[in-house]
Amino acid sequence: MNWQALALSVKLAFIVSVVLFLIGMPIAYWIAFSRWRWKFLVESVVALPLVLPPTVLGFYLLVAMGPRSPLGRLWLRAFGHSLSFTFEGLVVASLIYSLPFTVQPFAAAFRSVDQQLAQASATLGISLLMTFARVIVPLSYAGIVTGLVLSFAHTLGEFGVVLMVGGNIPGVTRTVSIDIYDQVQSLNYIAANQTALLLLAVSFLTLSVVYAVNRKVWAL
Amino acid sequence: MKTWRLCVLLLLISVLAWCAPGEITVAAASDLTFALTEVAHRFELKTGNRVKLAFGSSGNFYAQIQNGATFDVFFSADVDYPRRLAASGLAVAPTLWVYGTGRIVLWVPADSPLSLGKMGMKALLDPSVQKIAIANPAHAPYGRAAKAALESLKLYDQVRDKLVFGENISQTAQFVASGNAQIGILALSLAVAPTMKDKGTYWEIPTDSYPPIEQAAIIPTAATDKPLARAFLDYVRTPEAQAILRKYGFQPPPEKP
Repeated sequence: MNWQALALSVKLAFIVSVVLFLIGMPIAYWIAFSRWRWKFLVESVVALPLVLPPTVLGFYLLVAMGPRSPLGRLWLRAFGHSLSFTFEGLVVASLIYSLPFTVQPFAAAFRSVDQQLAQASATLGISLLMTFARVIVPLSYAGIVTGLVLSFAHTLGEFGVVLMVGGNIPGVTRTVSIDIYDQVQSLNYIAANQTALLLLAVSFLTLSVVYAVNRKVWAL
Repeated sequence: MKTWRLCVLLLLISVLAWCAPGEITVAAASDLTFALTEVAHRFELKTGNRVKLAFGSSGNFYAQIQNGATFDVFFSADVDYPRRLAASGLAVAPTLWVYGTGRIVLWVPADSPLSLGKMGMKALLDPSVQKIAIANPAHAPYGRAAKAALESLKLYDQVRDKLVFGENISQTAQFVASGNAQIGILALSLAVAPTMKDKGTYWEIPTDSYPPIEQAAIIPTAATDKPLARAFLDYVRTPEAQAILRKYGFQPPPEKP
């Protein structure tokens, strides 16, 4: 079994879910409570990675990171190397790819909080930020856990986008799903099966946690 | 009377079915994308039969045939896969045919400052090169050849930290054509293909620096229309079809006595 690839995938999924937690909170809050007329456009953009095939996303990311796009040139000038074929590149790609898996559960949870509680907090002179931190977030606990775990699990199992922008460098961009694919291609079906089985178990475990938390099997 | 009519009807249907154009599905390695599309088109015009083409990685097709896919012909970029299929009875052994040898080239995008004609393999060591794209040597035949060439030319250790691996040779081409890698080792058949020709320049890597990339076709046991599959393979053997393959950079198969 390729532990290096597994460790890399876990590291990637961990970083991505932490960053998505930080940027997902304000986005989800805005989506949950904004009354802007064109909000649905933002919601659609956030949900796009759910429906776009990884080949489309991966291809656009590869072009965007390349030296022929303004974005790619900017990055090249700032850091001296291109974003493609790097671990940071995978992080950026995964942030986009897993964004809806964080934002949508967050927003749904925020929306389902009884608004009268938030209003009561406001009438007591508590600031919006404190109301969010002490009323909305504690009441959205299950949704937040769901969003975090889903983004982690989804990044762990990411394949197409990593294949398109990663370049399959051992220890840098060769994630566990790419490694399984390579094993299958090299006809090492036994090795592929071992790693695939482990990934299956880990994915099942994470999803079980989500549903257990949602069902409040254990009072959390 | 009724039986007599039925017999005539049945006879008519069977004659029609015999005359009606057949259809075969062909699985082919992605380096054949352009060459085989042209060959199949000519075959369709000549015989009126339909050829459905599926291009992809030879390893994928191998796994699919093992698991019951019903391709009528399998063109593999690596002779190893058809040999394995034949050995395990999943393909008709006598139909195995080495149809050509692939060649590899250095390839740079049109806007590259590197002059391949002057530098040759030295272009790989140019300081402007940050990433070198090759197909994955673990399973892609062109990747294996690329690695072998780099090793035999004593370049591998100097460039190994710059290598990025494409899943197949087409994806490797995408890495270089998009500018993300500055140079790549591609199949000659891709470098001369219509969609790639104007995008960059190539330089052929000496064939004595890597073992020949023998490519072979075979008819799987599960093929639905073996006679038509044979007819198609026979057509690929004709000088007309061979000329098309050569045009796309496949060397003719070695003559066997």
